[in-house]
Amino acid sequence: MQQVFSNKKAIAVFVLPTLILFVAVGFVPIVQSFYYSLLDWDGIGTGHFVGFKFYKDVFVDDTYGIQFVNSIWNTLYLALLSVMIQIPFAFFVALVLARGVKGERFYRTLFFIPVTISSSVIGLMFLQILNPNYGVLNTMLEQVGLGSWRHDWLVEEKTALSSIFLPAVWQWVGYYMLLMYAAIKGISEEMLEAAKIDGASGWRATISIIVPSVAPIIKVCIVFAVIGSLKFFDLTFIMTKGAPQPVTDVPSTLMYNSIFRRNMYGYGSIMAVFMVIECLLAYFALQWLFRTREEGVGR
Amino acid sequence: MNSALRFRWKSNVLQAFLIVFAIVQLYPLVWLVLTSFKTNLEITGSNVIGIPAKWMVENYKYVLISSNLGRNFLNSIWYTGITVVASGLLASMVSYAVTRMKWKLSKVVLLVIMSGLMIPVHATLLPIFILLNKVELLNTPWALIIPYTVNAIPTAMFILVGFFSALPRELEEASVVDGCNIYQVFFRIMLPLVKPAIVSVSIFTFLAAWNELMFASTFINDIQLMPITVAINALTGTYRTEYGPIAAGMVVATFPTILFYIFLSDRVQKSIVAGAVKG
Repeated sequence: MQQVFSNKKAIAVFVLPTLILFVAVGFVPIVQSFYYSLLDWDGIGTGHFVGFKFYKDVFVDDTYGIQFVNSIWNTLYLALLSVMIQIPFAFFVALVLARGVKGERFYRTLFFIPVTISSSVIGLMFLQILNPNYGVLNTMLEQVGLGSWRHDWLVEEKTALSSIFLPAVWQWVGYYMLLMYAAIKGISEEMLEAAKIDGASGWRATISIIVPSVAPIIKVCIVFAVIGSLKFFDLTFIMTKGAPQPVTDVPSTLMYNSIFRRNMYGYGSIMAVFMVIECLLAYFALQWLFRTREEGVGR
Repeated sequence: MNSALRFRWKSNVLQAFLIVFAIVQLYPLVWLVLTSFKTNLEITGSNVIGIPAKWMVENYKYVLISSNLGRNFLNSIWYTGITVVASGLLASMVSYAVTRMKWKLSKVVLLVIMSGLMIPVHATLLPIFILLNKVELLNTPWALIIPYTVNAIPTAMFILVGFFSALPRELEEASVVDGCNIYQVFFRIMLPLVKPAIVSVSIFTFLAAWNELMFASTFINDIQLMPITVAINALTGTYRTEYGPIAAGMVVATFPTILFYIFLSDRVQKSIVAGAVKG
């Protein structure tokens, strides 16, 4: 019996193909990115080793006027929008649906539809919706007598960044709603009944029973939202390419441009390395934050 | 009486709220469909919001005949199809070996692959580009299928490991006593048992691969080989001002997945939740 389950050849057959692929196309590339970030390399030849020389340039000196640091702030702004507006709103919708309303299933299915659409279609669609001359948004504002609120949404510096984040928030609300909806549905009826008998109703029940019970999934949503924001790429790439520079730039599009438009392989790789470290830091920082909060509540 | 009245008032407010939110979530899509049937004149000013004056089915004919969208659509189907099957099979084999078989490095292998959950694939873009260039796979279907498969494996394993470790030992042992070898135990006994998890994983992988944009626009620049998401974006360059046909192309690119979702909505929703539960 033991022999069957510790059959070395079978283990190799099951594991090696994946492991080799994963190491070659997942793991080694990360290490290579670290190495490339230490090179002065225009993509031709092999480049020469300069160590951390250009790191300071990316973050401080900014010889090429790329404004990478600004792009980091942009993604943090999106993370803030997600955590402060999108997730609480999604939670509210999830709560309304999970506590039973007419058409619960219909609404749940419908709210999730945008998640299934590719971001390139969403980007192109919102490009039209936000068009200054014949976009739906400006046309509607005009028709309800708010013509003075019209903007050239994607061109004006004040509105451009929010205008490319708007579709992202719109698209993913349904995703977070669904996760939290499932969690709320998973709370046992007895617990809610018991709370009702104890006299907790409405908001008190929500805060004292539902929020703690679904806390794990709220954390997952926050982690997804923050990491997803830091990696934001598609809508900038489709809608503005960073214009009006550097207002809508994000780290991933600057990395892309540095590598494939400016042929600065080393410089772009520094940005790639930064994103790896940033995402890991964000992940562990959030875990740490959740843990200390929990301990605080426990006491 | 009083409390019943209050209850109805509250549920009406909630219904109104849900309807407004439903309109917000759905209206852009309805608008896109209407636009795809309009003339350029209507789209650029005379009729931005309303129903088309005359339903321009020609927009669809035009975009399907004069572009490669049909071809691009099939590309997407087969790139994602192979990705779903390959990553599903590979991930279940590793998950099985890690959870049910006895070997020293199982924990290490699990940890290495799971680390892929946290690391942004963006950082692999340039090294994979150089690798693909070296082995002359740039501008071939494999340039997308291989990275997509690799990127799907950590999430797939995340779901599958949980399922495999929850299965009872007795079943495997009984089948070994009956004379099954390990491959038969895996393919005939265990794999069918985790079918629900495989369905979840497949849906998850499908959505991710179908919608991927960064790799697809970097590794493929032959229009014949582009997946639909990139082709749609390229279309706006070629047909710069022919908004009706572009919208028609967007509808063609979008509605198959929406229909697929609506047919399988319960299944899809369950998979999404399963994919996040232990995040």
